[in-house]
Amino acid sequence: MIRHRIHLVLALAAVLAVALGPVASDLGAQGKGTIKIATQSPLSGGQAALGEGIKLGAQLAIEKSKAALEKQGFKVDLVPFDDQAKPDVGVANAKNIIADKDILAVIGHLNSGVAIPSSEVYKEVSLAMISPANTNPVVTDRGYPSVNRVCGRDDVQGVVGSEFAHATMKAKSVYIIHDKTPYGQGVAEFFRDDAKKKGLKVVGFEGTEEKSNFDPIITPMKAQNPDVIYFGGIYDQAAPFFKQAREKGVKGKFLGPDGMDSSDLTKIAGKAVVGMYYTSAAGPASVLPKAKAFSEEFKKKFGKNPEPYAAEAYDAATIAIKAIEAAAKGGKLPSREDVATAVRKAKLAGITGDIEFDAKGDRKKALYFVLQVASEDPGKWGDNKIVKQLTIAAPAAAKK
Amino acid sequence: MDVALLIGIFPQVLLDGIILGFMYALIALGYTMVYGVLEFINFAHSEIFIVGAFVGVEVMLGLKSAGLLDGLPWPVVLVLVLVAGMAGSGLLAVTVERVAYRPLRNAPRLIPLISAIGISFFLQDMIRLFESLWRNAFNLVYPTLDALNLRFELTETLDVSVKSLVVIGGALGMLWALHMIVNRTKVGTAIRAVAEDQAAASLMGIDVNRIISLTFLIGGAMGGAAGVLFGVQYGLINPYSGFIPGLKAFTAAVLGGIGNIPGAMVGGLVLGLLEAFAASYLSLLTGGAFGAEYKDILAFSILILILIFRPKGLLGEVVRERA
Repeated sequence: MIRHRIHLVLALAAVLAVALGPVASDLGAQGKGTIKIATQSPLSGGQAALGEGIKLGAQLAIEKSKAALEKQGFKVDLVPFDDQAKPDVGVANAKNIIADKDILAVIGHLNSGVAIPSSEVYKEVSLAMISPANTNPVVTDRGYPSVNRVCGRDDVQGVVGSEFAHATMKAKSVYIIHDKTPYGQGVAEFFRDDAKKKGLKVVGFEGTEEKSNFDPIITPMKAQNPDVIYFGGIYDQAAPFFKQAREKGVKGKFLGPDGMDSSDLTKIAGKAVVGMYYTSAAGPASVLPKAKAFSEEFKKKFGKNPEPYAAEAYDAATIAIKAIEAAAKGGKLPSREDVATAVRKAKLAGITGDIEFDAKGDRKKALYFVLQVASEDPGKWGDNKIVKQLTIAAPAAAKK
Repeated sequence: MDVALLIGIFPQVLLDGIILGFMYALIALGYTMVYGVLEFINFAHSEIFIVGAFVGVEVMLGLKSAGLLDGLPWPVVLVLVLVAGMAGSGLLAVTVERVAYRPLRNAPRLIPLISAIGISFFLQDMIRLFESLWRNAFNLVYPTLDALNLRFELTETLDVSVKSLVVIGGALGMLWALHMIVNRTKVGTAIRAVAEDQAAASLMGIDVNRIISLTFLIGGAMGGAAGVLFGVQYGLINPYSGFIPGLKAFTAAVLGGIGNIPGAMVGGLVLGLLEAFAASYLSLLTGGAFGAEYKDILAFSILILILIFRPKGLLGEVVRERA
């Protein structure tokens, strides 16, 4: 009996190998070959709203810009990967990505904590990564030639936040909470350090992975009555925290980094977050003149408003396509190294402004905003008012 | 160190801990009842618990879209949601027992345990699948009932909201009802008889399978009630929200003495209080060196200490006696 089963398994394996083998090699053989651009972002789980936006933004860009490459005889495809906002999943996907020789560029990730280990894998084969959303300084400070980002940095964003808390919100004391990820803790630390420098009193600095019961954090926080409460993290965790804090009678004003920037924040927290401020390294489409057409097209095609970072993903994917075009001079399939070099040299008048990368892969002039939540209706997230807008160059050299 | 602050928040932390503790106690009942009868740990109970929360939120959202949420008086809504959550979780628990545990009842001990872990993963992803198809959502938000969010400021640093009173009241009511069922009714006697000796119980004319199903129904319903209360209290649930509270509740059951119903309550309260105090006081007492993130380490270290000195749990393990 057992022997029969082993035979059956072997036979099945053989059939599968025969069936899959030719399919895998067929794909590469159409025309001059296939060029694939991968996206990596959370497509499932609590942060899927933003991750989906990144995928769709890249998809739109590829559909709009692929004509030139197709004329040269290449087939251009988008391959979306779901990193589930988890570092281990991102790295596993990254290994699959580098194994697929057709993939010449990666657009991603959403979370710095996922992007940092995953880019270690891309680096091995000089595969270009263009990040639409990763703001942690480490992403580019490692100086990898293949790693770039079109958004700003947290060492700037944290300072923009503390400057705003100090000068505009007139806060005297702040309470800081973060999600213990490289992104959330990173930006919270930059905020804290600069706030201390400005003479604000930091009454608490807590990290937590809790997602539902914030009572034990809120109770001591409320007793110290801070003017401003800063959450370094992502909306799916921050929203219930803000909601519970207001329900428990916390009076301080809320402030957060770009992780707050999703309509799901108001969907979960409702009126508790109306009027709160958040900094962002991605402006809403309404302030970017060229992004308006993008918003409309996005809505027409996918039936929903682009989430923040969809426009950045669109620009990142456009850069990837243009770089592949530049590297494919003469109609030859370019190598990954050539694409990475071309990406670093790219210049694009994108929908989020002019994009050029510096020697580390940071955007030479990145935009930073402070926004205020306008309405408790998630459909009106796009109406959030810009309170402040800054263009700041990335800090020059890495402090190593 | 700000001593006034430390003393000032004490009553509020105590209250937070009691609320959390009752939540754990309600979930722990599901583990403890099943263990008492079958000497088997139903690891899928954390998902049975969160299914209750999902049934509750679906009923609430249904009422909301029918425009009834603000029309009906809030206690009616709450009872409706609680009953729906209890029914959903209770029936699910019975189904799980029928499908995944009963065929394995005479298998070696570890086999049903693995089956339970499998069911736990299966249910998590079934909820996720269902909610993503049905609402295209991962996180579900409990609609706010304004009456539940009313707060009474007792002192400057202590306030009690209606919903925390509901959680405490609901949990106490539930525990009392369970106590009455198990100790004062014929069905309860049958449950205890099956727990003591299945073979002898069946010789006395007790339908053992029915009683085991009933045990799962009651334990599941308690879990479902806890799920609804969890949703009402904390507001946000996702398909994986049940896992950690489930694990903590299992710990509470062991701490109180597994198989022991009052033990589950004591264990839940002790764990809830330990956690609340650790989370609120650690960073204040250590000047920020250890923050709230160390709450579980502290709470569980104390648990280990307790179990070293009382290995059968605070109130003692209840296992059937074999003559």
